[in-house]
Amino acid sequence: MTPAIRVTDLGKRYRLGQLRGAQRTLRDRLALTGRIPRSQDGWIWALRHVNFDLEPGTVLGVIGRNGAGKSTLLKILCRVTEPTEGQAEIAGRVGSLLEVGTGFHPELSGRENIYLNGAILGMRRREIESRFDEIVDFAEVEEFLETPVKHYSSGMYLRLAFAVAAHLDPEILLVDEVLAVGDVEFQRKCLGKMGDVAQAGRTVLFVSHNMSAILRLTNQAIVMDRGSISFQGPTARAVDTYLATGGGQAGERDWQGDPRAEAAAPFRPLRLRVLNSAGRLSESLPSIDPITVEFEYQLAADIPGLRVGLYLATAQGEPLFASFDLDEARRFEQMPVRRAGRYRSRCHIPANWLNEGGYLVGVNASAFRIRSYFSDEHALRFSVDGTGAPGSQWPERRAGPFRPRLDWEILAEADSGHADVR
Amino acid sequence: MERVRIRPIRGWAGLGLSELWRFHELVYFLIWRDVRVRYKQTLLGAAWAILQPFLTMVIFSIFFGELAGMSSDGFPYPIFSYVGLLPWGFFESGVTKAAGSLVAGRHLITKVYFPRLAIPLASVASGLVDFGLAFVVLIGMMAYYRVAPSPALWGLPLFLLLALSTALGVSLWLSALNVSYRDIGYLLPFLLRAWFFLTPVTYAANLVPEAYRSLYALNPMTGVVEGMRWAMLGDRPFPSELILPSVAVAAVLLVSGLIYFRTTERTFADVV
Repeated sequence: MTPAIRVTDLGKRYRLGQLRGAQRTLRDRLALTGRIPRSQDGWIWALRHVNFDLEPGTVLGVIGRNGAGKSTLLKILCRVTEPTEGQAEIAGRVGSLLEVGTGFHPELSGRENIYLNGAILGMRRREIESRFDEIVDFAEVEEFLETPVKHYSSGMYLRLAFAVAAHLDPEILLVDEVLAVGDVEFQRKCLGKMGDVAQAGRTVLFVSHNMSAILRLTNQAIVMDRGSISFQGPTARAVDTYLATGGGQAGERDWQGDPRAEAAAPFRPLRLRVLNSAGRLSESLPSIDPITVEFEYQLAADIPGLRVGLYLATAQGEPLFASFDLDEARRFEQMPVRRAGRYRSRCHIPANWLNEGGYLVGVNASAFRIRSYFSDEHALRFSVDGTGAPGSQWPERRAGPFRPRLDWEILAEADSGHADVR
Repeated sequence: MERVRIRPIRGWAGLGLSELWRFHELVYFLIWRDVRVRYKQTLLGAAWAILQPFLTMVIFSIFFGELAGMSSDGFPYPIFSYVGLLPWGFFESGVTKAAGSLVAGRHLITKVYFPRLAIPLASVASGLVDFGLAFVVLIGMMAYYRVAPSPALWGLPLFLLLALSTALGVSLWLSALNVSYRDIGYLLPFLLRAWFFLTPVTYAANLVPEAYRSLYALNPMTGVVEGMRWAMLGDRPFPSELILPSVAVAAVLLVSGLIYFRTTERTFADVV
């Protein structure tokens, strides 16, 4: 059987400046002429020596930390960007859900955008016409077909965008984290649609940070680390491998020699630590004590609007919350610019909050809507120990990520043998 | 089933015109989008396509026609300048829109594959609709001033094609350069202003001294404007000494633009 996708020794190299999205101007270019602008250390391999074959009908999960090369791989496969070396052979039409709603124009109506978006994704006019009703049905936007999409709610917008892309009916579907957005009902629908695609013998590549979605939807997976494949095999084992290694060191994390840290300049992440109530480094923390997460970083220059934050997720990668050190509006006003220097941002997670189990900490440093300097969603993992937690007199597992100590009262009716217990 | 092999392309990859043809429906849709969106949320809507050249013509007629008393080859100055303004306006707005089109469409370029040529091509071509609307006014003006259409009217589409090729050639260069060098955005207004004065829109080409005429004809828009006047307005000899060099330069611009665009295209998604 010919593979649907055959990737051979694929590699992609970027200039560091390109990764950062820095703009060149003519003057920079002129200033560089005559010197050697392409020194080896200014380059970074986002992807290197990647090999795999996919039989038609496989649903492949792609997991790895931010910057591991997942998105670069998908971009090469859908021909948005060209590889630097190696090759990929693809049999069949490729549809991508790299970002839904690509090419939607806010001033155009829902109907008009279906045609426009369909054409951009590579559908012919006749194909769009024949699937038009199905798309509208799936998106549940019949009444708003003639309304400009700028008046749509974000949910409607997303449904419509996904509906068009999902009805492209490609032989190969590339999906990148679309399910991170949208309400639960919509996510279920998207997952269902992806399942249908796979049932029909289509090949799907699914990139996600959400391990439970990966486990549910895929049976094969690859783990990517620093641009190459570190594990390839059954999904359950891939997830284990990822969480044990790629999912971050336990207790402490530094970014020494990590090219992503270099690319974040002038921000420089130094280390991330989880501390127990005594202020000591620990990877297993009691649920009944407060937990401190400390992120140490250095700024080579003043950064306006910088906020530094944490993501907390379950060991399966399901997000629990995100919090930033300038969330308090008053503080944000006090610190419009963070001066160059070395900092530690500490977040205190209260006692009696987390259930026993494993957790992942991610970090983010960004200036809202200006630039995201650094992000590592699965930087570190730690575990919480339930000893002494409320209810631990019963040796049973409590569901969910939280195990709060809550106030209860038992109100006794007059004829019972107890007084009120408060 | 289509099979695609993705690998680094070394050297020259061809013009990719057959690939562009495969996506011709997308080009139509992009043109259609530009036309639909252009005058959304304006009070006067598509009337702007007429008002812009018309009001410019009025200003030119007052200052250049009346006050400066510029020669207009014996035609009423309003008609004379309006015939020049039509292709110039098409060129100017086409180049302006197309030069920024790849950057404005970066969300498409970094997410979806299709021949990138479709983007500047659609930007330039969508100006044809405005041209058509403004042309209707010209017919009205010719009736008003009782100027009979020239027997050379058949030449009109050819000069429109020349205008389209010139605009596209320039747009391919500028849009591709703009992906890497945003200087283009600052350069463009000056470039277009200088170009405007080098084109016989407000004055007649014979104002230029004989000795410089062949140099002058290297501006392809000179050929377009003089050709349009020849095709629209009464009998006069075909200005071949102006038009032939213009055609040659337009062809060079278009082919070199295509080549430059195609060689830089492969890095657009990484750089833009």
